Amino acid sequence: MVTEQDVQHIAELADVGIGKEELEDFTHQFNAILEYFDILDRVEGQGAAARDLYNVLREDEVEPSLPQEEVLRNAPAQEDGFIKAPRVM
Amino acid sequence: MPAQTIIFEPDDKYNAFLKVCNKPSHTNGKLAGITVAVKDNISTSGIETTCASKILKGYVPPYDAHVVGLVKQAGAAIAGKTNMDEFGMGTTTENSAFGPTLNPRDTGRVPGGSSGGSAAAVAAGMVRMALGTDTGGSIRCPAAFCGIVGLKPTYGRVSRYGLIAYANSLEQIGPMGKTVSDVSTLMGVIAGYDRHDSTSQNKPYDHIPRADIKGLKIGIPAEYFGKGVDPQVAAVVKKAIGRLEELGASTVPCSIPSMEYALAAYYVTCTCEASSNLARFDGVRYGPAADTKKSWHDAYQEVRSAAFGTEVRRRIMLGTFALSSGYYGKYYSKAQVARENVRKDFQRIFQEVDVIAGPTMPTIAFRLKEKSDPLSMYLADILTVPANLAGIPAISVPCGKSEGMPVGLQIMGRHFEDERVVDVAYAYEQAVN
Repeated sequence: MVTEQDVQHIAELADVGIGKEELEDFTHQFNAILEYFDILDRVEGQGAAARDLYNVLREDEVEPSLPQEEVLRNAPAQEDGFIKAPRVM
Repeated sequence: MPAQTIIFEPDDKYNAFLKVCNKPSHTNGKLAGITVAVKDNISTSGIETTCASKILKGYVPPYDAHVVGLVKQAGAAIAGKTNMDEFGMGTTTENSAFGPTLNPRDTGRVPGGSSGGSAAAVAAGMVRMALGTDTGGSIRCPAAFCGIVGLKPTYGRVSRYGLIAYANSLEQIGPMGKTVSDVSTLMGVIAGYDRHDSTSQNKPYDHIPRADIKGLKIGIPAEYFGKGVDPQVAAVVKKAIGRLEELGASTVPCSIPSMEYALAAYYVTCTCEASSNLARFDGVRYGPAADTKKSWHDAYQEVRSAAFGTEVRRRIMLGTFALSSGYYGKYYSKAQVARENVRKDFQRIFQEVDVIAGPTMPTIAFRLKEKSDPLSMYLADILTVPANLAGIPAISVPCGKSEGMPVGLQIMGRHFEDERVVDVAYAYEQAVN
């Protein structure tokens, strides 16, 4: 069982926010879904086997890419040709 | 050959389109002048692409998805972008930030999801073909509910480059149309190797459907006709399988014991992948602006709580929880074991049979707002998720009606035998039409 405090904490970890008025419903539905997931406790067997295709890498070579103005076109805040982001420190 | 334009002004009573291209241009080729609608999670250069989410409102991709480039090269006219459950998260197309799509067969019902707009646009005759995406049934479910044909290709057969990712290890772009031939034609255009997708396989699709299924062995899994499947739907599908027998196929009873865990394995896997994939929507590179004066944590929360819908936030939270310290072993790693068991069950069955058949969906299309509880909506995906977990091809073809609503026959095949599931669907379609 997860509590309303747990759900609040998960919402903060995931940066999705949660309103006081949503907490009860979210917690109730969360618990119903997690209870259903408990069926996985009974699963037996090995993990995934190796596949034919793995570690698909390419040479690290410079290739033509989008012009800077195209890349920046959708960014809501810009400065001197850079994308502006919220403070980190 | 200079580009030509056509006039496209559909009477969209069903809210199938989020964006209509009124004068799309096209060139010559296999799809010359054919209108193709594109699900709104597939990038289209110069055409707004939102995933039916407020967090991408106004986003105009600077490039085409690989499949969109191929469809254009083949001469098709891109008719517009179709409605969907936000980021593909849903089974009804009611989880769109821009209102639900209605089922053209009965406007009191949902078209299914998440590619509900694409299915409705085809079913209503607004476009000839459409592209959808299928993470856990999102092409096949709306195809079944709206009475059209939809193919989820083998994983790796169609490039995902330019598809706005929700759950990378499960999802595939695929064709939707009114007939098996149309679906096969569109599949021929979009399949093949693309170096921009590291899971892409070099398996082009060059196939004309053949209706001869004499000697074909069809597996009939007990789980597809058991608990939770509407007996009337099961009866319609059984009759359709009887038709395939009349055409020379034989049926073999089989069982997929791992189905018991398949739905939980699917939802753990897709929510975990979603929690990581959707971290990129933060109002910095695209979408509504994050307040750059605030700290990043506060700024992101503000944007994401306002612009993501409830179901998207729920799935991000479920995935975040399942991957959080102390729970990884209980959820994610167990889900991967269950997923491997599903693959092994299919592998074992496909040693004895050529294809597996059953209903696409356990019921007919739900009434609007019928599935308001998330878990009951998830449970409706039980018959479609196994193909995504195993990465095998699966097609849904209309096979009759129950309570006046279309029912879909689902045919699943071995990896890279998309041609065979198409042929079986084609044989059925030709026999009944």
